[in-house]
Amino acid sequence: MTRDDIVSRIVELMEDVFDVDDLEYADTLSAADIEEWDSLSNIRFVVGLEKEFGIRFSNSEISALENVGQMVDLIASKLG
Amino acid sequence: MPIDLPWLLPAPADVRGRIKAIRTDASTDARDLVALARFGLDGNQLGQLGKAIAARRDDLGTSTLRPVRLAIAATHTLDLMVEALPGTGLRHGVLIDLYQADYGQNAQAVLDPGSALYAFAPDLVWLGFDPQAMGLASPRLDAEGGESAVRSALDYVLSLRDAVRANSGAGVVLQTLPTPPVGLFGSFDACQPGSVRWMVQRFNALLASEGPQAGDVLFDLAATAELVGLSRWHDPGRWHEAKLPFALDAVPLAADHLCRVLAATRGLSRKCLVLDLDNTLWGGVIGDDGVEGIKLGQGSAVGEAFTAIQSYARDLRARGIILAVCSKNEEANALLPFRGHDEMVLSEDDIAVFVANWTDKASNLKYIAQTLNIGTDALVFLDDNPAERERVRQELPEVAVPEVGADPALYVGLLAGAGYFEAIAFGDEDRQRAAMYQANAKRTSELQKIGNMDEYLRSLDMVCTIRPFDGLGRARTAQLINKSNQFNLTTRRYTEADVAAMESDPAKFTMQVRLVDRFGDNGMISVVVFDRGAEEWLCDTWLMSCRVLGRRVEEAVLAEAAAAARAAGAKRLVGDYLPTPKNGLVEKHYEKLGFTLAGTLEGGGTRWVLDLADYQAPDLPMVIEHVADLAEAQA
Repeated sequence: MTRDDIVSRIVELMEDVFDVDDLEYADTLSAADIEEWDSLSNIRFVVGLEKEFGIRFSNSEISALENVGQMVDLIASKLG
Repeated sequence: MPIDLPWLLPAPADVRGRIKAIRTDASTDARDLVALARFGLDGNQLGQLGKAIAARRDDLGTSTLRPVRLAIAATHTLDLMVEALPGTGLRHGVLIDLYQADYGQNAQAVLDPGSALYAFAPDLVWLGFDPQAMGLASPRLDAEGGESAVRSALDYVLSLRDAVRANSGAGVVLQTLPTPPVGLFGSFDACQPGSVRWMVQRFNALLASEGPQAGDVLFDLAATAELVGLSRWHDPGRWHEAKLPFALDAVPLAADHLCRVLAATRGLSRKCLVLDLDNTLWGGVIGDDGVEGIKLGQGSAVGEAFTAIQSYARDLRARGIILAVCSKNEEANALLPFRGHDEMVLSEDDIAVFVANWTDKASNLKYIAQTLNIGTDALVFLDDNPAERERVRQELPEVAVPEVGADPALYVGLLAGAGYFEAIAFGDEDRQRAAMYQANAKRTSELQKIGNMDEYLRSLDMVCTIRPFDGLGRARTAQLINKSNQFNLTTRRYTEADVAAMESDPAKFTMQVRLVDRFGDNGMISVVVFDRGAEEWLCDTWLMSCRVLGRRVEEAVLAEAAAAARAAGAKRLVGDYLPTPKNGLVEKHYEKLGFTLAGTLEGGGTRWVLDLADYQAPDLPMVIEHVADLAEAQA
């Protein structure tokens, strides 16, 4: 799976979880940029990512992330 | 898997857009949100629905939804349940307003009569606990220690319950504890008083028996967890991270289970189970297979599955749920197993309203509800046929129609799992309810057709394919010729060899008819043979599968035959009805198609004639495909 594939699937998930339309993706996107993105919807987001990509995150991996771009890199590394 | 609420239809791909449209446009009907709640929505979608409900709260307040003010005082994070409950409540007819006590403040909120929780004026207060908060998550390895830990926990919960009663008029939702999945000994945990497993299960048993007083209800979350499976239910990562008591995946199901209880407190549980017969209460079609041919009971896996369905229905009746029958059959045939099959679990006496006719089921369901003097929103309709289910959902969206699939072994689980008949009490009046309704109800099979049939037929996207007999269809053609008893005008039986001969006989005009619709391919469903004459074509065989009655297939067949006969220069079509004990259904077949009665036959049959000059093919709600031009192919 290419990085772009990962990004497009993440965008679709984010639109669903945060209930936004036409999300403009940037690697620097974080909770600060999206109104609905709070600690609880973050949990829904993380669980959604685990299901979407068939991977598991540990709490320490999640807490180290600063933005979506880093999440994409993390997912890419788990997918091998 | 119960966690996906499989008895509900999956959400359509555009559901988020539809929810948003109602949320943002005040001119839309807010009650359309109820229709969207009927799908199996996931956590994200329920959240979206919840926001729409909040935005349109005033409009929804004037609807028939029953309001429930629910306050939550919990020792863990129930934010995701709070998010999912309003949308789920719509599915069960309740409009839920929620208040959640601040995290860590549950005891204070309940004990302080001046708290914001009481200012919210709740109808019900849900006391949400977990084994950790109750001191039951660490084993006490002695019997006294275990017993006293359970007692303490119970006393604590009940004292909070008493405080709610003392401080307000609210009832309390008492919740059982899902068993933690971690054992200390293994199988021996069950035997060792003071093991976590022992304590939690003992707590739950005592809570259920000593807990609820008048106005309280038990919410058996432990049962929900078991249904999902403890290893799937528990998510230690989320617990450590945010004190979420169970996996996010399980939120829609847990919310649904709680909403059933809330709806039951408002008297909204369903009252009547309406049962189809063929392939729902027995395997096979009674009109074709007869009492000896249907599959029921010992001796076959599928027969045992149907026995289980009947047993569950009988158990429901014993606890006060009314049973009705709604079947497309001659009434006499429908009753045969009830009167003559040894393995029937249900008896005629169990059925309050017995409807067997050829009218559409939505109309029949309205009739059943009227006869019982209950609303159609009190009905559950169990039918193996997806087309019937869809028709009822379209016409009567308030009837609960579980999506049961094709395997009868799964029907009981789906019906029970859907929780339509949730009860919060059980007494003598309930025991006698079914019999009482029975005594008041009349049995009949007469009915008036209501509802827009043509629109429904068009929505099926039917494609009818007509081709002459051929080698490919020969076996199935012969099977239909020999099996069909009800929709069969002349009941002539031919062997496969006879059928093969007809394929190349220039004096025969043959048709094999297939029907595909939105739900799938029905396969070959009609076989028709005409004898060509110079002036008249005489129908030798006209038969059809009863499962496509009411689809106007016979009109399509007539249109094809008429076109071919005209092209060959014939002036009339002639058809005979030869009565048998089983084909009373088609006595008026030719009359309905516009033929005129020409006379009676020896033996009691009738002959009918259609003058082709007067015939015009109607506009039919289906696409008709010719595999080859019939008139040319057989000329």
